[in-house]
Amino acid sequence: MNLEFSAEETAFREEVRTFIDENYPEHLKGGSQLEEATPEDMLAWHKILGKKGWSVPAWPVEYGGTGWTSTQRYIWSEENARVDAIMPLPFGVAMVAPVIYTFGTQEQKDRFLPKIRSGEEWWCQGYSEPGAGSDLASLKTTAVRDGDHYVINGQKTWTTLAQHADWGFFLCRTDPDAKKQQEGISFILVDMKTPGIEVRPIITLDGGHEVNEVWLTDVRVPVENRVGKENEGWTYAKFLLAHERSGIAGVARSKRGIEKLRDIAASETDNGKPLIEDAGFASKVTQLEIDLTALEFTELRTLAGEAQGRGPGPESSILKVKGTEIQQRLTELTLEAVGHYGHPMHRAIASENSNEFPIGAGYGDYSAPAYFNMRKTSIYGGSNEIQRNIITKMILGL
Amino acid sequence: MDFNFTEEQTMIRDSLARLIREQYDFDTRTGVIKSESGWRPEMWAQFAELGLFMAPFSEEDGGLGGGPIDTMVVMEEFGKGLVVEPFIPSIVCGGGFLKHAGTDAQKEEHLQAIMGGASVFAFAYAEPRGRYNLADLETVARKDGSGYVINGHKAVVVGAPWADKLIVTARTAGDRRDESGVSVFIVSKDAAGVTSRDYPTVDGRRASEVYFENVSVGADALIGEADNGLPLIEQVVDEATAAICAEAVGAMGVAHAQTVEYSRTRKQFGTPIGKFQVLQHRMVDMFMEHEQSISMTYMATLKLGEDAVTRKKAVSGAKVRIGQAGRFVGQSAVQIHGGMGMTEELAVGHYFKRMTMIDSEFGNVDYHMKRYTALSAAALDIAAE
Repeated sequence: MNLEFSAEETAFREEVRTFIDENYPEHLKGGSQLEEATPEDMLAWHKILGKKGWSVPAWPVEYGGTGWTSTQRYIWSEENARVDAIMPLPFGVAMVAPVIYTFGTQEQKDRFLPKIRSGEEWWCQGYSEPGAGSDLASLKTTAVRDGDHYVINGQKTWTTLAQHADWGFFLCRTDPDAKKQQEGISFILVDMKTPGIEVRPIITLDGGHEVNEVWLTDVRVPVENRVGKENEGWTYAKFLLAHERSGIAGVARSKRGIEKLRDIAASETDNGKPLIEDAGFASKVTQLEIDLTALEFTELRTLAGEAQGRGPGPESSILKVKGTEIQQRLTELTLEAVGHYGHPMHRAIASENSNEFPIGAGYGDYSAPAYFNMRKTSIYGGSNEIQRNIITKMILGL
Repeated sequence: MDFNFTEEQTMIRDSLARLIREQYDFDTRTGVIKSESGWRPEMWAQFAELGLFMAPFSEEDGGLGGGPIDTMVVMEEFGKGLVVEPFIPSIVCGGGFLKHAGTDAQKEEHLQAIMGGASVFAFAYAEPRGRYNLADLETVARKDGSGYVINGHKAVVVGAPWADKLIVTARTAGDRRDESGVSVFIVSKDAAGVTSRDYPTVDGRRASEVYFENVSVGADALIGEADNGLPLIEQVVDEATAAICAEAVGAMGVAHAQTVEYSRTRKQFGTPIGKFQVLQHRMVDMFMEHEQSISMTYMATLKLGEDAVTRKKAVSGAKVRIGQAGRFVGQSAVQIHGGMGMTEELAVGHYFKRMTMIDSEFGNVDYHMKRYTALSAAALDIAAE
């Protein structure tokens, strides 16, 4: 056991930092525009990294991965968080791609992986349905064979950024008579431009349009777009969920969030003194940082295990639960720090006139919407109640 | 001891509840908060007709002879309906300053108009760098002949876009944060030198940044004693704090009820999610938080008339408990509703937002925890002497 970075690792950090400083789009640095990011903004860094060959570090080298060690990947996330980089969206890179390169055909790998890597194609995830949330296996969307096509009918929901997506990966029921719910599901890749797909926005309580309903009516998809075996999609779905959870801890970003929180609390005054000098407030920030350290080292242990060939298992549920609790607490304390200036609805003000100067100090602009928005994290990707059930069953054996 | 409401209070509650049920349903409210003005003056007039605005004032002042308990009844119903109209700024704060310290002439000019709903007041007390300290004022009122000239910037003045009059706290003597040297003024919003920047708030109301640039007011603009306004401000803010606690209690009750109802109908794994023990216990905790909040709101409201130390401790205790309870109930309501709780379309998220924002009005949990602690420490010092 050893916490020191080697000379190579330190050199790697230097290389990465220089590359980010020189290439990360100037207008996106600092991340304060994240709430207003356009689709182009969300892809900008992905495309630059694609050209550099760094957009998919975690993939196997043969498909374009960088072959970095877990320590290098850790350094990579830290350095990106330093400029609040808008990272490649997870739906293609971290979710569907591992399914494709693990279970897909050579044709599927050739067709899809390069464009995921380059950021040319935008993906969305068709998992949840109105009646199938935590109980995902109860999904009802059907895919019926008709010659060399599937005909898909049903409704998906909470589909993140589907309004921009070129492709979606969908869980559909291909055998309605299967004995168990989990059987009879297939994993199908769908071109979002196919006739019969309608994407309807869902506005969330922070006022943003991030998620959608996706309605599918007689959507015809070639059979070769199915990944893996028919009726065995649940296996791939579970594989993907474990991958989703391992990226969900968000340690580097939360570390940066704590730095920003400290900056805000240093600017805010309470009785003429910086808020961060208030013992009560400071100890809450300290508590958060200690919790984050515990999470960080738990993640490092998990990554080390992965490097030795132990794939992300049920312990990735710990990362999801603790990671999301920390992200939520961070936004809670940030809102608390800005005091009265959590109230103005900046989104309404900004849309009237984008050059309008902020109400208050500026850093408070999105503190309330961010807090509201982050409530989703303990709900999505398998709610935190479900994660605890997984640990109960898989680790405690109860 | 008696925790019963009077017949008049029950009548107010019932008729207000009916009005909100019939004319303030969630969809109507959604339309209103997205409209240009963000409120309904005609609804304000109906509230006035019900006598809500007269209820907390003495008969001598032209009111119905009630008090803080009547305000509590009204605000709990406002909380249940997520009502955005400015009862606290105009009636509790505007009316409160006049009730406690207005001269006969000031009452004659303003209190009648407030009670009739014709005049709407907003309370401009917060400042960009003052946080929750009511005496941390950079706004200055300089003596000028018999009157004053006001300069400064007030932050997040709730209801100001709808108001014709502002209650403004300003420093007339001493240094920033001194307890003495604070005075309170009534300023017309259309007075020369008053400008405002209006905006919606994240919980569906409207507020303004209000700027005062060499605003001249006469001697009759001063409410209460010059340079000794802080005790008056604290009294009124404590009354407003108790009122906003009642609003939170109303909102909490609905958020809890909607969550329990949702858990009965939402099925996952072939069973209503309300059958899962982990959610049952969370909803029981929400219930207990709500009950404790009701208790603390009664306690604080009943102690508003006591000596300053007793009153402040009671109100701070309530605001701490309600800030914590509102957070827990709001977060749990969204969590148990799952994705649906995250949508703008469902009411429950709006209750969560309102409860969240109540914490940072009139002092948050930390502020009131410190105020309570300081008052307890002071009492120990006195006992030791």
